[in-house]
Amino acid sequence: MEYKVVIGLEFHCEMKSHTKVFSRGLNGYNKTPNSNIDPIDMAFPGTLPVLNKECVKKSIMMASILNCKIPEYMTFDRKNYFYPDLPKGYQLTQFFNPVGTNGYIDIDVNGTNKRVFVHDIHLEEDAASLDHYYNTSTIDYNRAGVPLLELVTEPCINSADEAIAFLEQVRNIYQYTDISECDSKKGQIRCDVNVSIMNENDTELGTKVEVKNVNSFANIRETINYEIKRQSELKSSGRYNEVIQETRRYDDESGTTIHMRSKVDAIDYKYFTEPNIPRFKISEELVNEIKNNIPMLANDRKAKYISEYSLSEYDASVLVKDKKVSDYFEECISYGCNPKSACNWITTRLLGELNKNEISIDEVYIKPNMINELVQLVENKKISSDQAKKVFTYMLEENITPLEIVKKYEMEVIEDSGLIESLVNEVISENEKAISDYKNGRTNMLDYLVGQVMNKSKGKANPSEAKNKMLEKLS
Amino acid sequence: MENINKNISELHDLLVNKKVTSEELIKESIAKCHEIQEKTNSFVMILDDAKPTDVTDSLLSGIPYGMKDNFSTKGIVTTGSSNSLKDYVPFFDATVIKKLKEAGAVGVTKTVLDEFGMGCTGTTGHTGIVHNPWSYKRSASGSSSGSAASVACGVYPFALGSDTGDSIRKPAAYTGIVGYKPTYGMVSRYGLFPYASSLDTVGCLTRSVEDAAIVVDAIKGIDENDMTSWDSSDIKLKENLDGEVKGKKLFYIKEICDISNYANPSDELKEHLDNFKKTVELCKSLGMGVEEVNVDKTLLNALPPTYVVVSYAEATSNMSNLTGISFGPRGEGDNVMDMIKDHRTKGFSPLIKRRFVIGSYVLQSENQEKYFLNAKRVRRLIVNKMNELFNKYDALILPVGSGPAKYLDENMNIYNGENNVLEEHLQIGNYGGYPSITIPNGFVSKLPVGVNITGKVKDDINVLNIAYALESKMDYKNQLAREVE
Repeated sequence: MEYKVVIGLEFHCEMKSHTKVFSRGLNGYNKTPNSNIDPIDMAFPGTLPVLNKECVKKSIMMASILNCKIPEYMTFDRKNYFYPDLPKGYQLTQFFNPVGTNGYIDIDVNGTNKRVFVHDIHLEEDAASLDHYYNTSTIDYNRAGVPLLELVTEPCINSADEAIAFLEQVRNIYQYTDISECDSKKGQIRCDVNVSIMNENDTELGTKVEVKNVNSFANIRETINYEIKRQSELKSSGRYNEVIQETRRYDDESGTTIHMRSKVDAIDYKYFTEPNIPRFKISEELVNEIKNNIPMLANDRKAKYISEYSLSEYDASVLVKDKKVSDYFEECISYGCNPKSACNWITTRLLGELNKNEISIDEVYIKPNMINELVQLVENKKISSDQAKKVFTYMLEENITPLEIVKKYEMEVIEDSGLIESLVNEVISENEKAISDYKNGRTNMLDYLVGQVMNKSKGKANPSEAKNKMLEKLS
Repeated sequence: MENINKNISELHDLLVNKKVTSEELIKESIAKCHEIQEKTNSFVMILDDAKPTDVTDSLLSGIPYGMKDNFSTKGIVTTGSSNSLKDYVPFFDATVIKKLKEAGAVGVTKTVLDEFGMGCTGTTGHTGIVHNPWSYKRSASGSSSGSAASVACGVYPFALGSDTGDSIRKPAAYTGIVGYKPTYGMVSRYGLFPYASSLDTVGCLTRSVEDAAIVVDAIKGIDENDMTSWDSSDIKLKENLDGEVKGKKLFYIKEICDISNYANPSDELKEHLDNFKKTVELCKSLGMGVEEVNVDKTLLNALPPTYVVVSYAEATSNMSNLTGISFGPRGEGDNVMDMIKDHRTKGFSPLIKRRFVIGSYVLQSENQEKYFLNAKRVRRLIVNKMNELFNKYDALILPVGSGPAKYLDENMNIYNGENNVLEEHLQIGNYGGYPSITIPNGFVSKLPVGVNITGKVKDDINVLNIAYALESKMDYKNQLAREVE
């Protein structure tokens, strides 16, 4: 039996910033443990939090993009609990007064518009990371104090597809605004997934099950689908009382969720307002300044590509799906490259290569200036478009630039009309039958004859020049 | 000849005129510290290898001083007088320590406090009880116990203190010296082991108001490491000490100062309040107006419980970093949570464990509204009332405590109920972040007692000036402790 599914998400995302949210420790990946740290990141006695302005501005930016209400003052709260990855014994977060509340965002789910309501978004700090070995554990404080934005939706999402479409849209915004890279491979995202089911006409929500710390979109989808299936089976067989309000975790290997703790074991975090950070007035001017500096988001870029560059809706959508691709495209344009040609190379050849090799666009050898070089070579008729395709392949295979390839393989188009004329004469003298056929009305023989000229030139003759010469001789 | 018991300006003149060297002063100071240690137990550590500094224009250059052992000192063990940090060596200096180094002052002792500044008896530090140099049978009060006792003994002209409820100002009164708590945020707290962050204030203990002004001039200032600090570069304390107080308006609170409020007043209490009246008369003779003001008794009675709730709640959270995981002695146990438990069980004295339990209780979600949030509201009401009075008056003047220092064998944590407000009213200064200074104003039972002046936020100059003028009319400036019983 099919039930109505209700999902709420708590999406944590590590922010991009120069330093950590409350310290001078660097916020960046460092493979040497405990190297990006400041005394406060290990909570040495007497250290005090100093709020990072960059993070504040970015959090206000995200709150405005999500159409949230922004409070008059910014404050932070302590979430108190003991755990070895939490050096201060509390996490600084925004419990009483988040930077954004009551927002919404419209998303596209397989062609249908859906409005997802945002309960709140708040700025907080990450904990240290623990590694467990046979009989010992290690603590790496590099991550302690890394800024996090936590986005909490209302329970208004009704399927895994909707959840993923929402998260993709949010990720897209984070990337376009440079607020976060949102890279699950770098452990930058974590999501708490709340799932309940109910009969279609019920007015009361079913029992909510929380699955904590799911760390990739694929796992979030699996978590949701597994929970729907698990809860539905219990409900269908009259055992809905076995669905209890609890916290579970997603198990990667089995693709299932596993019980962690029930509601009665819930921790009392004893929240209270952090006295070391004086409340900070969020002025209207500041909010307006931040709003005016929101970078162009995907939809705006798409519209621009269609109207200014005359790209098709489809091509424009492909380009803006990943900010890095869109940035790559725009870099090509900045060199003066024809937008349509750049788009063609990117969408038809480059993205295919990336998919095939499972790499990202910044890892591929071909850089925007090389795309431009290639397009210029064709436009200036230095090489033919067929040759250009070969150049592209050689670039990937040999990691050398288009100009170097053209030189190495002597690809430069023959423009010398005397040389072309002699080739045309050769072809005419060797193809009497074809010529008589042509003159008897088989006009398609012209292509064959021009093809012969191209062959003789090893493809280097300017094809239109060869065609003109041939026509001239045959008339 | 003894030099070290002189005040800062005198020592500076001697140094500049080469009558004495920094090295000689430090040597003398350290020798004297060892001399008083046996009887007062003021020090967690005496820094025998302290190095002299060059004498410069800075009034503090070359001069030794005491550091309350809750200021982080780079490379020197800093314990907070707690077993939980008994071997902890910080790798950074507190901002005030750094500033005093820059001014050329030389820290020669780490002074004993009530564990992490919690307590007012000088009995809870991990190195044992601090004794009052006026009578070794009595408490020096706390929590800046060692700083107060050592300054009173004249081993150096000043020591650093911290004040969350009265931890500078009360021990100063009981040892017959000056204790100054500046406006909240005027001095950076970076590197101060926190007790209750919204109340904690760094200040100093000296034997004259002028010395207090000199020290705070040197340690104050905005600090990028403390978001609650503010720019006070236009406030020059020493420069503005002119004793011009004519026309100033003071007030005292009738419900605290009038003997009729106490059903069975002890002789000492009577003597103490009479002595306070004399000080009030002295103020009048200086051309100041002093008025008696009524404040709702319910509000006054709420002072101590409000302090308990607000400060214990902040403390329990502030000290949650003490787990023995990345610093402090590692606890024993089969798993990390047991190790943390063991560290905290062994590391803290019963008094602060009790405070953690209370602090935790009032923050629990089912109690938070009733206790913690109500306490914050009461704090706001008290501050509103005081601000209203400070609009009319320049400062509040009140007696400190209910008499002289208590005997160490008394149960010092439990007051005679009706004296509660008298014992605890200095907390007003912390609730509002007000500048507040205690100076000695006489003797009760041959032991020193003090009077306190508290003023409006950022009005430190005015508060110090009133104290300065009063001090000049009394005989207790540069007073040194002498054993009286």
